[in-house]
Amino acid sequence: MSVKERIQGKLSAALAPLTLEVIDDSHKHAGHIGHPGSGHPGALSSTETHFTVKVVSAAFTGKTRLARHRAVNEILAEDLRGGVHALAIEARAPGE
Amino acid sequence: MASIQDEIKQELSGTEVVLFMKGTPQMPMCGFSGQVVQILDYLGVSYKGVNVLANDEIRQGVKEFSNWPTIPQLYVKGEFVGGCDIVREMFQTGELATFLGEQGVSCQQPEKN
Repeated sequence: MSVKERIQGKLSAALAPLTLEVIDDSHKHAGHIGHPGSGHPGALSSTETHFTVKVVSAAFTGKTRLARHRAVNEILAEDLRGGVHALAIEARAPGE
Repeated sequence: MASIQDEIKQELSGTEVVLFMKGTPQMPMCGFSGQVVQILDYLGVSYKGVNVLANDEIRQGVKEFSNWPTIPQLYVKGEFVGGCDIVREMFQTGELATFLGEQGVSCQQPEKN
């Protein structure tokens, strides 16, 4: 399973999203510190390192931005400690 | 010896607006940090940049401090405001300027169109 599929699976299970888009931005960061092949010490082994998550879920209704982002970060905590180096989040409640 | 958490608190005290970032405000080393720098500069906010690439203990410690896994991290009056996405959304809706104003931080209020 790719990292992207794993992220999609975890978010779907935890948030029951109305819409969910997981975009792998890793190719835009070739040469970035940490990117495999960048030659930097400590470069990550996975080629999937940068993601954007766009999610609409009723679970976010009435929650602040911080709380929404914390929820997503928490669901993906294991991945963020591992190979995922950057995660952009757009978290909305239905109707926003 | 002060713990790294104490050192972070020390960084936050005495300066109203602090940005933990990769690189410096003059030379950001990451696009996400660079976006926050541009927003703060646009609003004319006076702030201190802390380069986490210069200190790995701070880099890890600040993630624990705020329970937030990524850099950049913006703090106003010692309180964590958000990372790049949150700061950008707050800027786009005008909330950031309002929030800074409420906190007594001097900044340019963008003109309403």
